[in-house]
Amino acid sequence: MNAPHAPAEAPLQRVLRDFVSDPVALAGAVLLLLIVAAAIAAPLLSWQNPYDLAQLDLMDGRLPPGARGAAGRVYWLGTDDQGRDMACAILYGLRISLVVGASATIVALAIGLTTGLVAAVAGGKLDALVMRIVDIQLSFPAILIALILLAVVGQGTGKIVVALIAVQWAYYARTVRSAAIVEKRKEYVEAARGLALSRTRIVVRHVLPNCLPPMLVVASVQIASAIALEATLSFLGLGLPITEPSLGLLIANGYQYLLSGKYWISFFPGIALLLTILSINLVSDQLRDVLNPRLQR
Amino acid sequence: MLAYVVRRALQSVVVLVAMSMLVFVGVYEVGNPVDILINPQAEPIERERAIAALGLDRPLPAQYAHFLSGALHGDLGRSFVHGVPAISLILQRMPATLELAIAAMLIAIIVGIPLGLLAGLHPRSLAARAIMAGSILGFSLPTFWVGLMLIMVFSVMLGVLPSSGRGPTTDVLGVPVSFLSIEGWRHLLLPALNLALFKLALLIRLTRAGTREALLQDYVKFARAKGLTNARVVGVHVLRNILVPIVTVIGLEFGSVIAFAIVTESVFAWPGMGKLLVDSIGLLDRPVIVAYLLLIVAIVIVINLAVDILYSALDPRVRLAGQDA
Repeated sequence: MNAPHAPAEAPLQRVLRDFVSDPVALAGAVLLLLIVAAAIAAPLLSWQNPYDLAQLDLMDGRLPPGARGAAGRVYWLGTDDQGRDMACAILYGLRISLVVGASATIVALAIGLTTGLVAAVAGGKLDALVMRIVDIQLSFPAILIALILLAVVGQGTGKIVVALIAVQWAYYARTVRSAAIVEKRKEYVEAARGLALSRTRIVVRHVLPNCLPPMLVVASVQIASAIALEATLSFLGLGLPITEPSLGLLIANGYQYLLSGKYWISFFPGIALLLTILSINLVSDQLRDVLNPRLQR
Repeated sequence: MLAYVVRRALQSVVVLVAMSMLVFVGVYEVGNPVDILINPQAEPIERERAIAALGLDRPLPAQYAHFLSGALHGDLGRSFVHGVPAISLILQRMPATLELAIAAMLIAIIVGIPLGLLAGLHPRSLAARAIMAGSILGFSLPTFWVGLMLIMVFSVMLGVLPSSGRGPTTDVLGVPVSFLSIEGWRHLLLPALNLALFKLALLIRLTRAGTREALLQDYVKFARAKGLTNARVVGVHVLRNILVPIVTVIGLEFGSVIAFAIVTESVFAWPGMGKLLVDSIGLLDRPVIVAYLLLIVAIVIVINLAVDILYSALDPRVRLAGQDA
């Protein structure tokens, strides 16, 4: 038991302390930070712009990892069919994958949050309608929703972001709605009503912040699945255009060389994708435990 | 109960019609099949005739009405590319996909439930930690990339298993299947394993969570107090109680396995309907795209409906909750 007059620990401090208590989760968080930093600094870290054809040397095509190119440079991760250094291509691809996944998640979060909150506060017919739509959508596999949408709106970077948003928003709407309905009945909301605060103010300033922890968990899971889904669609040739090669497209490009034993063109981008998704999953697993009040010690 | 079933069934029909509109209108707005399907060097007269033959000259609502009345008679249009009815093209490919999906689901069940049980019974053991680490890896590995790596290891490096295709098939009641020959098994193994991976990780987690929860329940304590053996407590009391949610999830996930088969089929050149879809999107073969999407939407809706009705028959609380809304 704490001493009665000990200063209360700030929630953020507690969450952080709990978070780092698990070494695996900490490793995941560090790895994730490194990956994000590498993606942001891609132009500084790479010696060539892999999509500037003038900087590529076709003579260096399909070199295995560790081979020395015509200009004497060592390609630690090998090169693809156009003589692109795979290490540079992966850094740039990581950037595109992360930007597409993160931007889709942020917009979907905003849409889902608003819809879910409005449904929870309004109740009645509107609530029933929104939740019916959410239920119907969630009963379909994500890849199917994305495929139907891509068939409807066509292909391209903006369109794949739209498809990823459409896949995700329902998860947020459902999560925030159920959290808000619980919060709405609590005493602090009644107290705020007693102070004659406006409904908007109560929802935005009082209910919303208390719904954020579960949203954070769902968002961390969803961003990983958005990145994976984008990679999958791009691999199938239904996602990003060839001018914006995400990790999925790099892997697809290596597919045709795999059978002749040139594994590195597909292998290393896949490892980068795996590490990204894995680190996000490790972080979100720990977040779930730390933010779940039922598991608090 | 009957009222619930009828209401759920009507709801499913509404969803199916809404989806058919979305898919039809969407797909018929993309691209211009005239440019793709008709020889650019053709005489204008020939062009007109081809457009009329394909029904592309009529207004969109008329095309939809025609399409809907056809769909109700089992006619979803003719493939632009293959010149045969789209639905028969898909049905022809369906056994391959179903075989792959069932094989994958079986692998996930046979491996996943025992591992999840093990991890749930001894959560602090080394084996449990290894299983859980494996399951988080299973969630994180992108399916298509794992497929490529399986090909790389087993087909290219070791050369023990084929990398593509379905192998020889045997007809059972007129349906071609792979699993009756050794060669067929060799072709089926890698794709099925690949498709199973994600569901395997899911089943491990689900079984583990269910087991941990069940072990804390009074009926387990009571069974132990009665002096039952551990094997009996786990095998009869725990397992029976966690199986209801697990069976439900297996049912619901089957639709998603069929949908995700698109990816695995593309990697392994498995001649199923998912591969057909990807090829058709590339060729803008719209009747096939529409027919595939509608068929799989219908499959998912039917599976959900069946699982819902079954579940509400097993657990009346679900039905009552549904009536409140």
